[in-house]
Amino acid sequence: MNPLYLSSYTATSALGHGLAQTQDALKQSRSHLVPCAFDDVDLNTFIGKVKGVEEVSLPVHLSRFNCRNNQLAQLGLTQDGFEDAVRAAIARYGNQRVGVFLGTSTAGILQTELAYRRRDATSGALPPDFIYGTTHNTYSVADFTRSYFDLEGPAVVISSACSSSAKVFSTARRMLDAGLIDAAIVGGVDTLCLTTLYGFNSLQLISEQVCRPFDVNRNGISIGEAAAFALVERVPTDMNADAILLLGIGESSDAYHMSSPHPEGLGASMAMQFALDAAGLKPSDIDYINLHGTATQSNDAAEGKAVHQIFGSNTPCSSTKGATGHTLGAAGGLEAVISALALQNNFMPAGLNVNQLDPATPIQYLLKNQSAPVQYVLSNSFGFGGTNCSLIFGKVTKA
Amino acid sequence: MKLTTYIEGTSLIGPAFADWASAQPVLLGQQAYIASKTVLPAPAVLPPAERRRTGAIVKLSLAVGIAACEDAQQDPKTLPCVYTSSSGDGDNCHAICEALASSDRAISPTRFHNSVHNAAPGYWGIATGAMTNVSVLCAFDGSFGAGLLESLAQVVADQTAVLLIAADSPYPEPLQSARPLADALGIGLVFKPKRTANSRVQIDISLTHSPASHMANVALEHLRLHIPAARGLPLLQAIAQVQQSNATQSLVLDYLDNCQIAVTVTPCQGT
Repeated sequence: MNPLYLSSYTATSALGHGLAQTQDALKQSRSHLVPCAFDDVDLNTFIGKVKGVEEVSLPVHLSRFNCRNNQLAQLGLTQDGFEDAVRAAIARYGNQRVGVFLGTSTAGILQTELAYRRRDATSGALPPDFIYGTTHNTYSVADFTRSYFDLEGPAVVISSACSSSAKVFSTARRMLDAGLIDAAIVGGVDTLCLTTLYGFNSLQLISEQVCRPFDVNRNGISIGEAAAFALVERVPTDMNADAILLLGIGESSDAYHMSSPHPEGLGASMAMQFALDAAGLKPSDIDYINLHGTATQSNDAAEGKAVHQIFGSNTPCSSTKGATGHTLGAAGGLEAVISALALQNNFMPAGLNVNQLDPATPIQYLLKNQSAPVQYVLSNSFGFGGTNCSLIFGKVTKA
Repeated sequence: MKLTTYIEGTSLIGPAFADWASAQPVLLGQQAYIASKTVLPAPAVLPPAERRRTGAIVKLSLAVGIAACEDAQQDPKTLPCVYTSSSGDGDNCHAICEALASSDRAISPTRFHNSVHNAAPGYWGIATGAMTNVSVLCAFDGSFGAGLLESLAQVVADQTAVLLIAADSPYPEPLQSARPLADALGIGLVFKPKRTANSRVQIDISLTHSPASHMANVALEHLRLHIPAARGLPLLQAIAQVQQSNATQSLVLDYLDNCQIAVTVTPCQGT
């Protein structure tokens, strides 16, 4: 495939605001998951909460978008000079030639959950200050971002559960290849809400401890929230030596079950192989794999089988969800940025919270940070409904 | 930038539209539009255990997807899918929000996995066995336009056939008052990168600032304005007209503020 150039990128999660805090937290190998004290949730679990979301004020003319998800979106957009990079791209290409393709699973549904507590006692109506379209609706975060930058080009939300913000790169690639745009804001934003906390609880998929990806006794996820963005463009002739490129994308569907992965990881291995094919790389070229690694029994077992089948047992890999929590629709974007950081810093982050690795999964799972040349990174994102997406990032110059 | 593809399959289910064959005379103005509630066919393609768990949006999405593939004489298993919906399963969303606002917040696992925006495409994969890529979209009232643009970008960029499924079903109260949708409506289209013997019409699209075309019929215009998927009705009308008259049609489809989609539909017969 034609590679994409990541001209700017940023991430905000429980690890911190922006790249420096994110990289620092990964280096310290410290989980940022805390006992759940979100709203009045009465579940015994850990969450990855972003500090300061509640204090974010949207511009007055965009107040109709006010909800936690768009507050986190704005917090994310204003880190690492990302907003300036977008405005420079708009100046370069025009406001009709910059697309907005963002992933989210629940958007601003928290706003509706809270509105249902304030229904009219007689009529049952939702309160008059509730605005559905610019908060609850799945599209709201892309609408907000498009409005924030006064854009007039294509925009859409990709919402395929936990693969959402990996798949946004695919939409951007096709729109660039088709000549509809010259740059795109891609990424994902998902925020804590009751639907996902109580929903994953109903499936018995949240852990009462910090999540432990690839531990033999792992027993579920810790839910997190994040905003991650990248500005992608066609590959220019001049780039910095440490520039990051997206080289391969692989997508597949399990066609198996709504909330369980294919037990042999069939869809997952297809996605990884397609990404390698698109990048023109061999499995042995990949230096590090950022796993989906949710810490559910079924995901890690299936993903481990799929990784082993393609890469064998020697490719270093880890899940960073033990540090960030599972940020659902933002996970693909967040882990794309973590992959870029791994490339830039020649640094592979350890998987946290492991007491005993699952002996049934013969992969090279990193229990300690590793510093070594990193040229190519593969990042996995898999979602409910059996949606799979693997991304391969690389550096322009040799590591 | 103009994108050119060929349509080989079309389907439509909606208020008074049982299928594409019976909808065409209505869209052509040869038969009167007689309003009635959308009838959702049972999803025979799903195993019984899964069938019981599916709501209106899944039934509608599977039905238009299967019908479009049949019309195109195409095995659904082989097609990448673009799925677009403004709001997913409204009944399910209401039930979850109601439970979460009550003293007992237990929600069922089925309710939760049906709450994802990609529930219908997930069932589509289970029903058809398609392990192909699926892109699951939402652009509020512009969801049909977003799906059309995504489909044609994929057909052109990757030189592949693509199935588009656009479907919407209404919320119950109290969300219906906050987001009023007239009824359920779904559209399926199969696009090919090259003209074949099965090509019905050629479709060219580009982005434009021009305002969206309206439906001349008041009742059909009401549907267009009050169901996001029905923003595709002017395209379906043009497909029917072009096949009947063998003359090119141009129109503008609703998409986003300051960004609409200019469409030209050209006959494929007899040339």
